[in-house]
Amino acid sequence: MTELVLETQDICKSFGALRASRNISIGLKAGEIHAVIGPNGAGKTTLIGQICGTLKPDSGSVRLLGEDVTQLATRERARLGLGRTFQISSLAMEDTVLQNAVLGALGAAGNPWRFWQDALKDRALREKAESALERVGLQDHARTRTAELSHGQRRQLEVAVALTKEPRAFVMDEPMAGMGSEGSKRLTEFLDELRSEAPILLVEHDMDAVFALADRISVLVYGEVIATGTVDEIRSDAAVREAYLGEDA
Amino acid sequence: MIRETYLNTLTLGLFVLIPAWALMADEPFTITLMTRAAIFAIAAIGLNIALGIGGLVSLGHAVFFGIGGYAMGILAYHAQTYTPVAEWPFLIDGTKSMPIIWLVAVIVSSLAAFVIGSLSLRTTGVYFIMITLAFGQMFFFFTISWAEYGGEDGLSIYLRNGFPGLNTLAPIQFYGLCLVILCLVLLFTWRLSKSPFGLALNAARQAPIRVETVGLDPTRLKLIAFVISGAITGLAGALFADLNRFVSPTMFSWQTSGEIMIFLILGGVGRLYGPVIGALAYVALEHWLGGLSDYWHIYLGILLLLIVLFGRGGLIGLASGRKVAHD
Repeated sequence: MTELVLETQDICKSFGALRASRNISIGLKAGEIHAVIGPNGAGKTTLIGQICGTLKPDSGSVRLLGEDVTQLATRERARLGLGRTFQISSLAMEDTVLQNAVLGALGAAGNPWRFWQDALKDRALREKAESALERVGLQDHARTRTAELSHGQRRQLEVAVALTKEPRAFVMDEPMAGMGSEGSKRLTEFLDELRSEAPILLVEHDMDAVFALADRISVLVYGEVIATGTVDEIRSDAAVREAYLGEDA
Repeated sequence: MIRETYLNTLTLGLFVLIPAWALMADEPFTITLMTRAAIFAIAAIGLNIALGIGGLVSLGHAVFFGIGGYAMGILAYHAQTYTPVAEWPFLIDGTKSMPIIWLVAVIVSSLAAFVIGSLSLRTTGVYFIMITLAFGQMFFFFTISWAEYGGEDGLSIYLRNGFPGLNTLAPIQFYGLCLVILCLVLLFTWRLSKSPFGLALNAARQAPIRVETVGLDPTRLKLIAFVISGAITGLAGALFADLNRFVSPTMFSWQTSGEIMIFLILGGVGRLYGPVIGALAYVALEHWLGGLSDYWHIYLGILLLLIVLFGRGGLIGLASGRKVAHD
C-alpha cells in the first residue's frame, strides 16, 4: 500500500435515521488532488467535518500522516498539519485581511501568549502572512477590512490563511464557490501548482475545475462512495452518470 | 463628527482639567466625583477586555469588584484592630499599605476569575450570562452572612490606607494615584489589544472555528482574557473601597455588575476609551440628574435605550460617527 497522507477508514456517521456517512474509505496520496463530488445532501460537509475534527464519526477512523487522529480535536489536527478552508467563509470579518493572515501565522507559531508586542510588527509573523497573501494575489488588499471583500476574495483569503501554516495536507470545501470565471480560473492554476507542496482533498461543485484539476475523483451519493477513479473513469462510469452527472456530461 | 483620537484626548484632558479647576476653586467634592469616575473607568476597562474583545457577556463582574473591596476591607480591618487575619498555617497580619492591598486584590480576583471562568466557559450565550450572574449572587449572599466582617452592614475603615510618599487623605493626592493607575491600565489594554494575544482573542470572538482551524484554543484564550479582566476589575474594587473607606455586600450585588456594564455600553463596547467616557458620563449624570430627582435612573434608562437603539458604538460611536468598534 502506498503511503497515504490523509485517509478515512470505514467511517460512519448518522444523524437520527439519516445515514450521512456510510463506510467511507478514501485516501489522499502525496502530490495529488483528490476531488469529492456529489449532489447536494450527499454528505460532503459531514465527511469534511469528520476529517477536520468538528464531528466525531460513529465508527471508523481518520488517519493523518499515518497517525490515528480520530480522537483529536480540530486544533490538534491543525497542529499536525491539516489545512482547511471553509465553504462558508469563517474569517474574522471586522479584522483586516492582513490580521486574518497573521492569525494563521500565529497559529503556526503556536504561541499566542504574548501580551505586549504589536502582532503586526512581529517580523516573522508578518513575513509569513504577507507571503501567503501574495501567493493568492491579495497583497494589495492587506489593509482592507475582511467584510469589504467580495465572496471570491474571501475564498482567496481562506486559502491564504491555510497557507500560512504550511500544512501537510489541505482540505478545501468549495473554494471556487462565489467566484467569477476569471477568479476561478486563477485559483485553478494556483491549486494546480499547490498540489506538489501538499496534496489537496477538494470538495467542489465547479465541474470544469474538478475535471481540470483532479487526479482522482470520488463520487458521494447518499453518504456512500459509489465510485472512485480517474477523470476518464468517472466520466464513463454508468452509475455515476445516472446518479449525478446527468446526460450531458 | 469628531475623530475618535481627538475625543479620547479630550476625555483624558477632562480628567486633568476638572480636578485642577476643583483644586483651585476649593471644591473637594468634585475631586471625589472624579476619583469615582476614574475608579469606575478602571472597573469597566476590566470588563471591556472580557466583553469588548473576548465577547464574554459577564453579568458577574461585581464578584471581582467586591473581592477587591473586601481584600482592602479585611486587611485594613485587621490592621486597625491589631488582630491577625490568620494564624494558621502561618501568621498573616493586616496591613494599611495600598500596594500590598492591591497585590492581594489582584491575586485573589484572578484566582476567582480563573475558577468562575473555567466553569462558565463551558457554556455560551445566555447561559454564560446566567451562570456568571449566579456566581455573583453566591458571593453576595455569602458576604451578607459573613458576620465576622460586618455581614449586611459591611465594614468601616476609619483611616484611608497609605501609599509610600503620599498623603492619601488629601483628595487630590488619592485622585492622582487613581489617575496614574487608570493610565497604566489603559496603556496595558491598548498594547494587549494589538498583541498576538489580542489578535487571537479578537478572532475568537468573531469566529471561534477559525481560531481552532489555525491550531489555537479559543476557550483557553477567553479564559485568560477573563482572568485578566477580573484582575483589573478587582484592582478597581480595592480603590473604590479606599475611596469610601467602607465595604459592604452591595459591591457584590448584581446591580453593581449591571452598573459596570452600563459604563461600557454608555461609552462604547470594545473601544479603548469606551469605559472611560462611559464612567465619566455616568458619574456626571448621577450627580446632575440625581440632584434633580431621586428617580434619576429613569432618565439614565431612556438614554441607554437611545444609545442601544441608535448608536451602537455608545457615546464614542455617536460622536465620531463610526459604528465598527475594532480597529
